[in-house]
Amino acid sequence: MLIDIQEANAKALAAIQAAQPIIKGIDTAINVVPGMKKNLILHAGPPITWEKMSGPLKGAVIGGLIYEGLAANPAEAEKLAASNQIEYSPWHEHDGVGPMAGVATASMPVWIVENKTNGRKTFCTLNEGLGKVLRYGAFSDEVITRLKWMEKTLAPVLKAAIPLAAEINLKNMIAQALQMGDEVHNRNKAATSMLIRELAAAITKTSFSQEEKARVLEFMHSNDHFFLNLSMPAAKVMLQAAEWIEGSTIVTTMCRNGTEFGIRVAGLKDRWFTGPAQIVQGLLFPGFEEKDCNPDIGDSAITETCGLGGFSMAAAPAIVKFVGGTVSDAMNFTRKMYEITDGESQSFQIPAMDFRGSPTGINILKVCEKNILPQINTGIAHKDAGVGQVGAGLVNPPMKCFEDALEAYVEMYCQN
Amino acid sequence: MSKLVSFFGQKVKVINLGIPSFAEDLKKQGVEVMHTEWRPPAGGNKKIQALLAKVEAWQSKVKAGKGAR
Repeated sequence: MLIDIQEANAKALAAIQAAQPIIKGIDTAINVVPGMKKNLILHAGPPITWEKMSGPLKGAVIGGLIYEGLAANPAEAEKLAASNQIEYSPWHEHDGVGPMAGVATASMPVWIVENKTNGRKTFCTLNEGLGKVLRYGAFSDEVITRLKWMEKTLAPVLKAAIPLAAEINLKNMIAQALQMGDEVHNRNKAATSMLIRELAAAITKTSFSQEEKARVLEFMHSNDHFFLNLSMPAAKVMLQAAEWIEGSTIVTTMCRNGTEFGIRVAGLKDRWFTGPAQIVQGLLFPGFEEKDCNPDIGDSAITETCGLGGFSMAAAPAIVKFVGGTVSDAMNFTRKMYEITDGESQSFQIPAMDFRGSPTGINILKVCEKNILPQINTGIAHKDAGVGQVGAGLVNPPMKCFEDALEAYVEMYCQN
Repeated sequence: MSKLVSFFGQKVKVINLGIPSFAEDLKKQGVEVMHTEWRPPAGGNKKIQALLAKVEAWQSKVKAGKGAR
């Protein structure tokens, strides 16, 4: 096979750079997500069975079944979840992403993000805020009530407002947010503010009641992470452009389901390479200890895969107050990531590094050769279902994912 | 022998590869030292080194083949 890896990777990187993610709209998952059906639960990370799920993922599944009306209470939901009536599938295999547990069911509203360059779409649920929320495995009445309000009020108001506002190019918004101290994984303060700025006037122009419109704006304003559920599908749709370029060693997916970490590679179509999810080292909320923490969970590492999050920490010095470490650590994380990536973003620039483009295009050959793992910053879920978030911190994938991918690559391409 | 004698008579300038503490110790003694971060390929993992070597060999053939066209 006459494939030049450098050329294949340059093609993958060019496709990522050329992507133009925009907010296309909002719709119900079953109407737009490929393969979605009433008894299907989408989740974060690589494929997993109910038996192997960790506490927060199980909790979110229980909450999802109650929300969907398929179970009346947690006991009934647990029984149903373990039966063969419910199917599970990774968000990534349905063109989407989900933060933390990442659970999505048929009736949930989802953002639709489109890459204007190639017309492909990506989906993600709307962000619920911090504390006791479904994505951290909480399923109390308060959680279900909020999700129902999001379905009945938040999503319809935003859906009506989007066409009344100017087109929102998420790549431009993320680029600006990086100039304002976000890295759009665990710091989305600037990006959320800009999103409100773009949508506020349009929201007021919709025909909903003053009270409903005010509550939507208050909800967005009260949640600094509201933009996360847009930065993630934006990153995903950019990386989708590199799927599946023959011979490329560029990573297109990094994600976790709370039990395993999984990666996919541009030149190794649809194949998952997994290893055990690691324990996140970071800052815990008062009253919690390391033994309370679940291993790494969520699709949000798609931001790092796209050169954001931990890869752009030098742009977000204030984030160390949330995830731990020092400003100098944040700078060093970004510097180190240039060693395992093939390029620098033409759009996402880091002011503190003389506007150098963020490290983009993780190359499995470089990860394996240099023995340097991608740097991820992330939220920490309690290991038990129903509790919620206990902190935030820093984590790496297991090296096994990259080593197994290298082995598969050699088997596929280097035999003759 | 004379070369060795003159070497010891000169000011020592050191380039340190790998373990940073060697450079730190020399710095404490006032020696001019430049540290270079270096690690063995694949962290010394022989299996991964062999796989990387296969990729490299294949790419050399690909590049030679392209050159011959």
